[in-house]
Amino acid sequence: MEPSVDLTLRHARRSTQIKELAIQSILIASSLVAILTTIGIVASLAFEAFRFFEKIPLTDFLFGLEWSPQMAIRKDQVGSSGAFGVIPLLTGTLLISFIAMLVATPLGLLSAVYLAEYARPKTRAIIKPLLELLAGIPTVVYGFFAALVVAPIIRAGGSGVGFEISSESALAAGLVMGIMLVPFISSLSDDVINAVPQALRDASLGMGATPAETITKVVLPAATPGIMGSLLLAISRAIGETMIVVMAAGLAAKLSLNPIEAVTTMTVQIVTLLTGDQEFDSAKTLAAFAIALFLFILTLGLNVIALKIVDKYKKQYD
Amino acid sequence: MDIQMQNAAVVKPPIMSTKNVDVFYGKKQAIDNVSLDIPENQITALIGPSGCGKSTYLRCLNRMNDTISICKVTGDIRFAGQDIHDKKVDVVALRARIGMVFQKANPFPKSIFENVAYGPRIHDLADNKDHLKDIVITSLKRAGLYDEVSDRLDESGTGLSGGQQQRLCIARAIAVDPQVILMDEPCSALDPIATAVIEDLMEQMREKYTIVTVTHSMAQAARISQKTAFFHLGTLVEVGATEKIFTNPEDQRTQNYISGKIG
Amino acid sequence: MTEYALTTSPSLKRRHAKEARFKWCGRIAIMIALGFLVLMFSAIIFRGMGAFQQTKISLEVTFSELIIDPSSARDPQELARANYKPVLTAALAKTFPNVTDRNGKKRLYKLLSSGAVFEMGKLVSDNPDLIGTSQTIWLSASSEVDLFMKGKIDASLDENLRRLSDADIAYIKTLKSGGMIKKKFNTAFFTNGDSREPEMAGILGAALGSFFSLLVCFGIAFPLGIMTAVYLEEYARKSKLTDLIEVNINNLAAVPSIVFGLLGLSIFLGVFHIPRSTPLVGGMVLALMTLPTIIIAARASLRSVPHSIRQAAYGLGASKTQTTFHHVVPLAMPGMLTGTILGMAQALGETAPLLMIGMVAFIVDIPHGVTDAATSLPVQIFLWADSPEKGFVERTSAAIIVLLMFLILMNLLAVFLRKKLERRW
Repeated sequence: MEPSVDLTLRHARRSTQIKELAIQSILIASSLVAILTTIGIVASLAFEAFRFFEKIPLTDFLFGLEWSPQMAIRKDQVGSSGAFGVIPLLTGTLLISFIAMLVATPLGLLSAVYLAEYARPKTRAIIKPLLELLAGIPTVVYGFFAALVVAPIIRAGGSGVGFEISSESALAAGLVMGIMLVPFISSLSDDVINAVPQALRDASLGMGATPAETITKVVLPAATPGIMGSLLLAISRAIGETMIVVMAAGLAAKLSLNPIEAVTTMTVQIVTLLTGDQEFDSAKTLAAFAIALFLFILTLGLNVIALKIVDKYKKQYD
Repeated sequence: MDIQMQNAAVVKPPIMSTKNVDVFYGKKQAIDNVSLDIPENQITALIGPSGCGKSTYLRCLNRMNDTISICKVTGDIRFAGQDIHDKKVDVVALRARIGMVFQKANPFPKSIFENVAYGPRIHDLADNKDHLKDIVITSLKRAGLYDEVSDRLDESGTGLSGGQQQRLCIARAIAVDPQVILMDEPCSALDPIATAVIEDLMEQMREKYTIVTVTHSMAQAARISQKTAFFHLGTLVEVGATEKIFTNPEDQRTQNYISGKIG
Repeated sequence: MTEYALTTSPSLKRRHAKEARFKWCGRIAIMIALGFLVLMFSAIIFRGMGAFQQTKISLEVTFSELIIDPSSARDPQELARANYKPVLTAALAKTFPNVTDRNGKKRLYKLLSSGAVFEMGKLVSDNPDLIGTSQTIWLSASSEVDLFMKGKIDASLDENLRRLSDADIAYIKTLKSGGMIKKKFNTAFFTNGDSREPEMAGILGAALGSFFSLLVCFGIAFPLGIMTAVYLEEYARKSKLTDLIEVNINNLAAVPSIVFGLLGLSIFLGVFHIPRSTPLVGGMVLALMTLPTIIIAARASLRSVPHSIRQAAYGLGASKTQTTFHHVVPLAMPGMLTGTILGMAQALGETAPLLMIGMVAFIVDIPHGVTDAATSLPVQIFLWADSPEKGFVERTSAAIIVLLMFLILMNLLAVFLRKKLERRW
């Protein structure tokens, strides 16, 4: 009789197959959490925002120039309607983000260029983690520092040259936020600059350009798309940043581009509307969701564009 | 022809001469005691198996190795009689005199015009816009590219074919008006037709420039160069008139290499 | 031979000067950023160090049974709540026999923290044997006295402009000359919950709140993150679904943190009715926030496991799951853990989303589990920073120092893990 070797392993294979299938299903299910989260965000924001727009017309929200959500709690109080124009919040947000980027862009880019092109490996190994330390500090700490140290300094400096600067100002919040964004921009730009092929540097240096000329005329122009992407990501960060502005920017919803005045932002208003005494279903509470939806769309848009640009850029030099 | 050439070499002193050049990457020695003269208005080919140090040696000639922090070059390297490692020598001025073309065509991601205009701009060679345009066109003509791109100077240099890109890089190097052009395997990434175009071009350029080229193709060295230096394991094994090296080499290693036994 | 000028010409000199300037711009940019870091750290340490000490006043207290425990029941709860004010006033009167008027006595009592009675209560309920004896004990001074002792109240100022009167300062001087007032290590700061009185306020409640939140966050985000990463790297073929998941992860990583808070508010609180203000809901929100960080790190770690390991396992007849979970995942674990710790550090510092789910309330009690109402360290910092009481400034800074210590520890742990365990392929 021929010895038979069973190559089918019939019984074992069945149970293994079921196990494999079960595990794979669990894995797929957990991956879906990421999608569920996004759906959860969109659904919850959109649902509440929709209820808000039932009370306040969308156009009043998007184009309204006045923000004063102090709706009367009792019906007989005057001014029971409140004003829910998002424009003053948007200008406040953009003003602070602009100041922050004004600080962060040159500091971040120059640091990145120095680290990528000039610093010796040893210096780089020390400086880079130190810069990244700035990114690891909780924003509440920045906010505390902005309110306690930076704002008084700005105020003192202002009164020294005859300016009346309020204790909460777009300038203080923006400056501190700018520093917070430096490591963000520098590490992203560092990656981008390092992705520029060495061959381009060699070509430029090989014909007698100085390193600075090589960087400003060849490396940076070649890295521009990637740098733009990282700046967009930083702007999106600035727009969504909450604690620094809550602690240092103020609550006054003024339609102003004056950096030494107190301004308010979208995130500050969400926090103010949803902390403290709140009643569900009031336009005031629901307004927070409408702002958040607006904020979410804004930052998502910026991120999608930024990631596309960076992606395309990285493929270019792969 | 051969004799004429030898005579010319005798009459004219070499434009570059190197003596006892050593190169270290950290602790590893990449070049060991190389002495070599580069005759003016000739093509000198550096050949040898990969990793033999020929590219490293080439990069010593315009101090490109300075850009690598762990790389240390010693020895006497002279250009037109001046020690290029002298403290008074400005590496920027040196590289303007000794240009370089690389293995892989590396045009800047700018327009064709801007690629060629880059050198004249940084060195401030043009008096005005028209002069700059003159320089660009002349350089493109000398690189044999002008006729192909004259109608699209403002298009990106990276959109050209491989051979065209390499000629653009040559035009870019020429635009600074160097005396010597170092070429590091300029044809290794090109197809045979594009290679032939570049080889013709090099032959024409010889009238005005001195060329040192690294090549891994012995046939190319034999076709285009007047002088050939064979490198092996960081040392210069043998140097001489190209014909002699390929027909009657003195060293066994050279013999082995050109007959395909090593490399 | 032609001469070629290789030396520095005037125009080259200008270019080199430009080069040097450019290089300095880079250095200065780094110096500004790091200078800010130093300024911020030193300002916070300078302000915060004081909070690790608390002024205490020594009093000879007679623990009279008649006042403390007239029923002699020795019930610890009753003892903790007994009326200690007369005991303390009597002790003060013994120390300051000259002060006889009502107003003066009132002022004397105000030198002590209003929390001093609680300190008495705790002392007596822990040691009922004290009743009937006389002891010299150290009690917390009020915030004003504390600030004065730390040099933060200027005695040269006009009396109306400062929080302590001349008489108060005279009392303090008397205590000082008798060695009865001293700054001692502030244990209460590490063992108490929040309080309206700066001198009684501590971070234990907030720290435990953070701990429980992180526990929940880790329990959710770590397994989910790893399983997602394993699926995307080891199992999934490129498809529309995996593309969608990837896009989602990348975008979630950049969604403002406050938006996650709103998600928690309307879904976790509004739909699932998870108890408000608890570390449970806080941890859930933080988990969703840190998930992308963990997934991205875990994927990178899986990708760095060489293919040969997988092929070796398959070659021995291991199934996909066996290969993945017996060989690949263990090898990738150090990298995954490093990423997770960094994600947890980020979650520890997060404030905004927790404000949205009610973890911002004034909570005195110390939480004992994930369903007790709590705040977290960063929220406590926010609350104290907002407080008008001057005594809270140093406590805010001290809480920041503690928070930063935790963050530094976590980062060091991550670096350590990476260095010690990560294999270089």
